[in-house]
Formats: sequence, structure tokens, C-alpha cells
Amino acid sequence: MAAQTLPAGQSTRSSYLYYRHTLPVRVMHWINVVALTILMMSGLMIFNAHPALYWGKSSYTGQPPVLQIGARDDAARGRIGVTRILGYEFDTTGVLGLYQEDGHLRERAFPGWATVPGHYWLSMARAWHFFFAWIFVVNGIVYLIYSIASRHLTRDLLPTTPELRGIGGSIKDHLLLRHPSGVAATRYNVLQKLAYIGVIFVLLPLVILMGWAMSPWLDSVLPGWVDFFGGRQSARTIHFIVAWLLFAFVLIHVFEVVISGLWNHMRSMITGQFRITESSK
Amino acid sequence: MKRRALLRSFGGLGTLLLAGCDRLSSSEWFPKVLEAGEQTSRSVQHLLTPRTAMAQEFTEADLSPQFRSNGTAMPQSAEYVALAKNSFVDWRLTIDGLVEKPQQFSLAELRAMKSRTQITRHDCVEGWSAIGKWKGVPLGDLLALAKPKATARFAVFHCADPMDDEGKDFYYESIDMLDAYHPQTILAYDLNDKTLPIQNGAPIRLRVERQLGYKHAKYVHRVELVESFGKIAGGNGGYWEDNGYQWYAGI
Repeated sequence: MAAQTLPAGQSTRSSYLYYRHTLPVRVMHWINVVALTILMMSGLMIFNAHPALYWGKSSYTGQPPVLQIGARDDAARGRIGVTRILGYEFDTTGVLGLYQEDGHLRERAFPGWATVPGHYWLSMARAWHFFFAWIFVVNGIVYLIYSIASRHLTRDLLPTTPELRGIGGSIKDHLLLRHPSGVAATRYNVLQKLAYIGVIFVLLPLVILMGWAMSPWLDSVLPGWVDFFGGRQSARTIHFIVAWLLFAFVLIHVFEVVISGLWNHMRSMITGQFRITESSK
Repeated sequence: MKRRALLRSFGGLGTLLLAGCDRLSSSEWFPKVLEAGEQTSRSVQHLLTPRTAMAQEFTEADLSPQFRSNGTAMPQSAEYVALAKNSFVDWRLTIDGLVEKPQQFSLAELRAMKSRTQITRHDCVEGWSAIGKWKGVPLGDLLALAKPKATARFAVFHCADPMDDEGKDFYYESIDMLDAYHPQTILAYDLNDKTLPIQNGAPIRLRVERQLGYKHAKYVHRVELVESFGKIAGGNGGYWEDNGYQWYAGI
């Protein structure tokens, strides 16, 4: 952590505020924070209604589920929570399958503290999920139009060829937790750009598409389109995996924000102003 | 130290968020706001597909080895038990309500009519799917005989399975007339080339493809055409709808 910069405002080196995020980007970022949080948590509650994932057109094909969360009796330990992935069983007591709440053991795939609503309520979870799915989709469409029209996409997000060539250095910097300063800090680095592009153009469209693939009505829009992804139950599995990939992205994103100047980043996503500290290097 | 305070404040924020969401869920007004999502889904989905578009049909190779039974597996009413004992020989299907000519059919009469066979996927609201082969009478053919009045807007399916201990609160469902006349909307009496088992809704169950499982009412004995389902049971158009589930089950 030697390369950490001094807290903003206490620097004796020259520093200035740089207008980093435009108002539309800031507003849409925070709408996304709310929508994705609700979508994830209500999605986990919906999963709890049938805590198993399959590969194929239906759930009952003669093949076991690829993932299953539940509780069972164990000779030595009594009731335990278990997660089975591709035939391997893991003891996940306390978090998945079985957890403690107010001194009571509850059998639930994902625990109440991770779901919306906080107890088993499928119809309400669906209401939350589909309402915020629309907010999320509309926000995403507006963002795409804005990013193309304002050149935010081409100017800030698309990596340039020289940047792509320097990807090795960027990977090393990230692993050593080194962050750019000075003018370099006004731009996104190449790994950051690739992560954003991957999320915006691969993960988010995929999670939405797989949500649609689960709708029995939307099957008939283009006959057979769901089979392209392996069938409805495969689509449900992909939806689940992509949701967790997005969660992993958020974890890394928040981690990077925290270690490269939490308050500076928070200010720039609220007021737009990002403090640039000139490096003496 | 600072990190711990940060983590704690995140934790506090999370608890607050959860408590807030749960309070909103239990409020009078917020679920009504969330309903906008259901309405948007219905409008957009109807915009994207013609109402007559066909649900995907599958092949014998896709059939689920056993078609899962969900909800009622054996209706607990003396009347139903008696009918089942006698292989539903005395059972009748009634079509009434807003029709010119109310109809009654025995199971043998239904079996003698023109049938439709379809291999379709059954999607439960819980998330699982099963594929089955259904044979039955298109509902549209039965309605044509009954001649619906112009004021008829919904078909309500009255079922034989009581959902409460007293045996008064029966399962029911409703669909609009466009879905009622859809070629894949049938009253099925066979499942996978065999007589429909009791656990799957004998003697007939509704198949209304492109909608979730709870719409596919089992143990149907009466189809009533109505202008509004507002005065039936809880007024929301179905047993699960009265328990908070969405009437539009295409998503």
C-alpha cells in the first residue's frame, strides 16, 4: 500500500478538480445501483421457490440438476444445509440451505438477509423483480442512446489499440494495487474499459435475454429461439450464473473504488468532480 | 479501524434497506405501484406477439419421464371421490354464464368430439418446467356450441378441488376470450397417451399454453362466461391471484 496517495485536500502536491462524470451518467449509475440490488435480492427469493438449476428444455429430463441447494439429515451433525454442484456436495450450513434467524433454524436456499422480501413470499418477489426489471431495461436503453450520442462510448469506454497493447502492464498494476495519478487518472485504464464494455454489451444484455427466455409467452415471438440457448431451463441456469458474474463485477468494482480513493470516487459519482493529484514521479 | 467502521455502516445500510423493502411490501400502496410492472409486461408482450401465435411444441424425445403433480393431488370432496370411484361416468362439464345455449357434456361425449394433441412445456411459477403430451377438446369448439353473448369477456373455470379445510373455497381460474379461442387452448383428458391421472387433474384440465402453470386449472367441471370476475371469490380472477399472484401469467 506504499503507492497510496495522500487523502484529498491534505496534499502538498498540486491537485485540481476534474469534471469526470456527466450528470446523466451519474443519475443512471445510481438508478442502476438500486435496480440491480433489488433485482439480485428478489431474484434470490424467486430462486428459493425451486432451488435447483437444470440444463435442457425442461427440469425433468432424466438428468439430475446441475445445482441444487437444500437441507438433509446427517448421521453425525444432525440437520445440515447442503449445496450440490455437478454431483459434488458441499456443506453450506449457516448460509445456504439452512440458516439461523432469531434463534430458529430455517430451511431456505438463500437466507432471509439476502432476499427481498426477507421471508418466503414468491408473488411479492416477482412483483419487485418485474417492476425493477423494467426500470433497469429503460435505464439501460437511455444509457446506450446517451453514450452513443454524447460520444461517451467512443471517447471514454472503447479501448484504443495502444491501450490494448499495454494490457500486460495494466494487469500487473492491478495485481500490485497500483493506481494511476495525474493526467492518466482522468481516463479509465484498459482493464477497467474492458470490464465496463463486457458488462454493458455482454453480461447485461445476456441476463435480460435469459429473463425473457423464461417467459412462456415470449417463446412464441420467434419459434424455437429459446432452444438456441439450450432450452428454458438452460436459460434459467444462464440467468443465474450471469447474475452472480454481475455480483462479482460489483464486488471488484467496489473494491477498486475503496482502495483507489473512496471519497474522491464517491464525490465524482455524486457531483461529477474528481480530484487529480499530480504525481511527483 | 476505519475499514471496520465502513463495513459496519454498509451492514447497517443493508439492514435498513431490507427492513425498508419489507415494510413497503406490507404497505397498502406500494404493491399497487409494483403492479405497473405486470401491466407493462402484459402490454409489451401482447405488442410483440400476435394473440394467435402458437406456443412451442416439442417431440416425443423431449417428454419428461414423469409429469410432475403440483398443488392438489387428490381433491378432498365427497362428491369428487364418488365420481372418481365410478370412473367419472356420472361426471358432467357445464358451460354456462353469458351464453345463448348453456351446454352439458359427459366425458364420453367430449372424447367423441374432434380432438387436438400437443406436446408442450408446462412452466410453473416456482421455476421448474415439465414437458407432456396432451390430448383434449379445443375449448373454442365447445364455446361455439354454447354461443357466447357479445358481453362475455372472460371464461372462468370452476374446479372440484377445495383449497381450504372447510371445503368451501374451490380452486378457480380465468382467461380472456382471445386465449379461450386460441387453437392450443384445450380441455385435456389424456396425458402422455393415457387417461389423465387424478394427480394431474382428472377427468379434464385446462391447457392454456404460453401461460404459467397455475392458469392450467385441474379438475374443471364448469366453464362460466362472465363480463367481469370482480364478484367471484376474492375478485382477482383466480385462486392464486386472490393470494397475490399476477393475473397475467405470460411471464
